[in-house]
Amino acid sequence: MDALMLARIQFAANISFHILFPSISLALAWILLFFKIKFNISKDSKWLDAYKFWVKIFALCFALGVVSGITMSFQFGTNWPGFMQTVGNVAGPLLAYEVLTAFFLEATFLGVMLFGYKRVSNKVHTIATFLVAFGTTASAFWIIALNSWMQTPVGFEMIDGKAYVTNWFEVVFNPSMLYRLTHMLIASGLTAAFLLAGISAYKWLKKDKSVIASLKTGIYLAAILIPLQIFVGDQHGLNTLKYQPAKIAAMEAIWKTQKQAPLLLFAIPDEKQKTNHYELGIPRGASLILTHSLDGEIKGLEEFKDNHPPVMPLFFGFRIMVGIGVLMLIISWLAGAQLLFNNIIKPWVAKLLVTMSFSGWIATLAGWYTTEIGRQPWLVQGILKTAEATAKNVSSEMIISTLIMYLSIYVFLIIAFILVVFNLAKKSIKLESLV
Amino acid sequence: MEIFEHGQWLPLVFVILMGVAILAYVILDGYDLGVGILMSLASDDRDKDKMISSIGPFWDANETWLVLGVGILLVAFPMAHGIILTSLYIPVAIMLAGLILRGVAFDFRIKVENEYKHYWNKAFITGSFITTISQGFMLGMYIMGFEYNIYTVSFSLLVGICLVAGYSLVGASWLIMKTEEELQLKSIKWAKASLWLAAFGMCLVSVATPLLSERIFEKWFTLPGFFFLAPIPVLTGLLIIFLEFTLRKLPYPKDSYCWVPFVGTVMVFILGFCGLSYSFFPYIVQDKLTIWEAASSKESLEVILWGALAVIPFIIGYTIFAYRVFWGKAKELNY
Repeated sequence: MDALMLARIQFAANISFHILFPSISLALAWILLFFKIKFNISKDSKWLDAYKFWVKIFALCFALGVVSGITMSFQFGTNWPGFMQTVGNVAGPLLAYEVLTAFFLEATFLGVMLFGYKRVSNKVHTIATFLVAFGTTASAFWIIALNSWMQTPVGFEMIDGKAYVTNWFEVVFNPSMLYRLTHMLIASGLTAAFLLAGISAYKWLKKDKSVIASLKTGIYLAAILIPLQIFVGDQHGLNTLKYQPAKIAAMEAIWKTQKQAPLLLFAIPDEKQKTNHYELGIPRGASLILTHSLDGEIKGLEEFKDNHPPVMPLFFGFRIMVGIGVLMLIISWLAGAQLLFNNIIKPWVAKLLVTMSFSGWIATLAGWYTTEIGRQPWLVQGILKTAEATAKNVSSEMIISTLIMYLSIYVFLIIAFILVVFNLAKKSIKLESLV
Repeated sequence: MEIFEHGQWLPLVFVILMGVAILAYVILDGYDLGVGILMSLASDDRDKDKMISSIGPFWDANETWLVLGVGILLVAFPMAHGIILTSLYIPVAIMLAGLILRGVAFDFRIKVENEYKHYWNKAFITGSFITTISQGFMLGMYIMGFEYNIYTVSFSLLVGICLVAGYSLVGASWLIMKTEEELQLKSIKWAKASLWLAAFGMCLVSVATPLLSERIFEKWFTLPGFFFLAPIPVLTGLLIIFLEFTLRKLPYPKDSYCWVPFVGTVMVFILGFCGLSYSFFPYIVQDKLTIWEAASSKESLEVILWGALAVIPFIIGYTIFAYRVFWGKAKELNY
């Protein structure tokens, strides 16, 4: 494999590992604030118990997010020196604002939130919880602004091969930014909601009745967010069709420009022969979904020559994301209905919820792969190709050796994380029965 | 002055900001890395828990200074960021592995069953060592202008080992301030042991830098610069001697002056940093790239600067708040 591909795999490995933890902590921070406020108002200890249990998982996610985030700030330079050299004037301030407005805020108040419980007043502690939640969201805002700008760059001019900003408002609120931000925030909400519901269901199955508060919070939150997410995802897709039609063509594996394009449920895209095998589709489906008309024309991959992303990962990445979304809809509504009508969930539904605990991770990763691989061969759409940004003085051997190191650490930590989460859940049950 | 025209002063402001961020990082993460290193010498579990408690509320924010330092390098001096980080590819990767290991070990160790706790303690200690040695190694390589041969690599490794002593010194001074009784006595012993190796490291770097570059040599050893600069090494030397005597006398009754070693060590670090920055200025990559050549566009730097000026007072404000909340001797941590 060449150095470019290895550098991409390494960066992808790191950024995939990283996103797992913010995708939980982003929403979990607000859920914790919710628990805290519920407790402040009701003084019911079940909310405090929920807070105390989930704050541990939050701290763990936060630590994993911080260390993998630090890795990223270095890998910009080690893997993609050409990125900052070309668009540093845009990316620099956005990243700087993230560190300044978000990182310090969340990291500092996290200390107060975790360890200051007995040292500050309840009010200050609630404010600290709020500031941590606010900080994580602010952090997401700046990062999504930059990522969206890489997909749909506006508000700048190129002089001697370098980008110079002409309008900061346009840069930050570029055409895909608000769609992507909303999509990501809800994705985080769903990831946290299913983790909350899954772990609570696990404890509930072990006869711990006290978790009903967090179980309900998780299920209802998921049931409310999933239809919203489907709507926002659809809007985001239309936005992508307008600005990055090649990405949509690859996602739907549409090779030739056509009206009445079918929605493929399954196919094996063949990059060499530029066609699909074993197609199974709904006639006119893609036209209907993407143009909201049965005869809508969709540009095929043929229009983009070789400047289109690889089809296979996008086609399947998108379908995995949507597939999990559908599962989330069915299960959360099922559980929600049982809660609503019987005030209790059936054991088999609880078991389903347990298996769905980390489903948000898979959907989030599949979605990010779709959108980021969908940007290829560009690093910044239309301005800078990924191949032009690599480091010239870093050899494949160096990348391979560090890649193996990173991957083994990541795999180990993901396993450790999942085991510790379930172990914490188990331990907190033991305590319950002792009381 | 020419420098005030066309935004030529901006890179200067940013290099100062970056310096402050890196210095803050070295001191702040220095003490918590140091505590991690010293944990290898602690024998019983209660001591280990106390040591961790003393840094628990702070380490996250401490590491953020590294992100800020690298961030400023990335955003204000993109050219230098690329050169420096690709030249330090392997040590950076190793440092990151160390940082990941210790950062997560910190959180895992209090959540796992007791039988696994000592594995995470080991991960925490190992991570702290790896991080420190690779940071020292990178400093050495930076001084050596990123040339890899047997001499530069051994020199850099030696700097790495001295940095272990340097961080142990701040870490031990931190513990003297934050702990009591037996652990405090142990910390005093640790501080004494690391003081002179740390001092040796500073001498090593101070001697190597002017010898390697004529430009730096001339800066330090020509008149009248010599007289202006002499106070830096002289003060550093005096402070080190002063630290030695203080450490011999500690602890005082009622724990007075327990903060003196920490403040003294921080001052030594600041002086060392000033000396080093003066040597390199105006180059950001040794004799190859000046801060002006490496800087981003004026417009982007201005945007960042206004943001930074607006936000930094708040950061300083709530950092002080957090330190006040956890003021005094470390208590047991749980949440």
